[in-house]
Amino acid sequence: MFGWLRSLFGAGPAPADERVERPAAPVAKAPAAMAPETTMATTAEASGDDGGRDDGARYVIVGAGPAGVIAAETLRAADPDGDVLIVHGEDGPPYSRMAIPYYLTGMIDEAGTTLRKAADHYDDLGIRIRHGRVERVLADDGRLALAGGGSVTFERLLVATGATPIRPQIEGLDLPGVHPCWTLEDARDIVRLAEPGSRVVLLGAGFIGCIILEALVKRGVELTVVEMGDRMVPRMLDATAGGMLKRWCEGKGIKVLTSTSITRIEPATDAAAEGGGLAVELSGGETVPAHLVVVAAGVRANMAMLDGAGIDTDQGVLVDHHLRSSHPRVYAAGDVAQGPDFSTGGFSVHAVQPTAVDHGRIAALNMAGGDAPYKGSLVMNVLDTLGLVSCSFGRWQGADGGEQAERIDQDAYKYINLRFEDDKLVGAITLGRTDWVGVVRGLIQTEVALGPWKDKLIADPHRVMEAYLARVGTA
Amino acid sequence: MQKSLHIDPGKCTNCLQCELACSYDNEGVFNPAKSRIKVFTFHDEGRFVPYTCTQCAEAWCMQACPVDAISLDAATGAKVVSEWLCVGCKVCTIACPFGTVNYNADSGKVIKCDLCGGDPECAKACPTEAITYIDANWTGLDRMRQWAARTDAGSGAGASASA
Repeated sequence: MFGWLRSLFGAGPAPADERVERPAAPVAKAPAAMAPETTMATTAEASGDDGGRDDGARYVIVGAGPAGVIAAETLRAADPDGDVLIVHGEDGPPYSRMAIPYYLTGMIDEAGTTLRKAADHYDDLGIRIRHGRVERVLADDGRLALAGGGSVTFERLLVATGATPIRPQIEGLDLPGVHPCWTLEDARDIVRLAEPGSRVVLLGAGFIGCIILEALVKRGVELTVVEMGDRMVPRMLDATAGGMLKRWCEGKGIKVLTSTSITRIEPATDAAAEGGGLAVELSGGETVPAHLVVVAAGVRANMAMLDGAGIDTDQGVLVDHHLRSSHPRVYAAGDVAQGPDFSTGGFSVHAVQPTAVDHGRIAALNMAGGDAPYKGSLVMNVLDTLGLVSCSFGRWQGADGGEQAERIDQDAYKYINLRFEDDKLVGAITLGRTDWVGVVRGLIQTEVALGPWKDKLIADPHRVMEAYLARVGTA
Repeated sequence: MQKSLHIDPGKCTNCLQCELACSYDNEGVFNPAKSRIKVFTFHDEGRFVPYTCTQCAEAWCMQACPVDAISLDAATGAKVVSEWLCVGCKVCTIACPFGTVNYNADSGKVIKCDLCGGDPECAKACPTEAITYIDANWTGLDRMRQWAARTDAGSGAGASASA
């Protein structure tokens, strides 16, 4: 059953029930078992001395984010005899950057950010984790050169190195008190500096900026947001939704400056220092004082270690429908990969969690010798900005000549916009709606012909669930 | 033998006992908005369709969770959200193509059907046997028949099922 759904991702992936990698329920029900000491100690033990020694495995994965970890687990299941080694560029166990905002608010501690909660998860599966930074990939030699001198040999390599924050060209970005927010280390710095009542300037109201925004407000800071685009989250929301979100944030006491950039950051003069240690000069000429500037000006694929490796790259590592790069031994997955795009038929970087998870699984199945073609990723985002939840799916900008359905309630902060191509749903934006919203993905990715339900959706776009039940089935 | 929820929309009268039982048992309130099962109405056809998670094998929600908060209950086959571990990021709510994982703004966590640990309240509350909790193989067969019918009708989804 649901073979059609599995076929969204190609023939490959086995049902989760048939895989054994996920820990049993007791772990999830006993948070006391996840004391950070336990997790850290086990990982350190598993990784051993990470100095300059040489190492190797049949399958080597660079990067310990969701794509890397899912790939390791899938490889373990697909090839029980093949050894799997993750090279992890940071300290501690593999963690989820998506969890950082919740760490910033204090909802979870560092242990709560880990991708897997069972202390012996990787040991149990025989997945080794080695801490170290990869300097170069020598694909023809089947070898990685690590910073510090060691090397790691591989038969098959997965590049799952994620993304790195973009550093805009702004004078003063090196000053103390100016921080990116990307790694757990960055988050620790921000937790230290973003005290209640302190003045914070956030550069960037993109997806990541907005997630941090919520965390900063919950810490009780006085916040100014500076966004170059003409609206908030311009790559995820249209003008209507972006405008409503801005109004929502302003209503919560946040100063939101769109179509604005930071021209310079300077140490504050003595007279102004009470407002914070920094003076932030804006493109409009205004200068705002700040204790802390958080930079969230977007990210780009982290692929510096591939320089000179002879692997084709563009916005990310170019991979085919088997997530294999231009080098037969090297695959890529997650934020670093520019892979098949479900909506356009081209190749795109979709730096979102569901894509990372799909990529990790599909790449691993192919690395292990399987034939698991990928139908392509559907870009999708969900964002909670101080209680206003927005979602976008697929081609929310619309298809050429395609119709749309829209319902706007400015006062209630509710909005939905559906985009059609012929009588199929190809994209959507929702604001202020959280119920049954995943079905939008189902409607888009099954490519179901809506028939009479297209007109019903144009009359009332909120009836997406009913359209799915009527056209796809009642499961 | 593993069981699963079997839904027969033809028997549903829209009495909403399932929604009330679900919200009361799981959230302590009689509030259909907090129910993990929902009856969708098609008034023009006089048809009512109870709908909830099928505990699908692909488990898109569980795979997408960035903090390991959704796990498999080996006894029932349910995919279960841990309230302790869920951070409320909502990625599962967009990753589930069935739409059956929902965000509960009051708790800041997501909720989904967990089969009540193997004794689903909705099935017990349903007065017309539109919702029953029965042998999983039987419901599977029934679903496959539905899909076979879809394929005959030449719908896009059915066509890819046979691929």
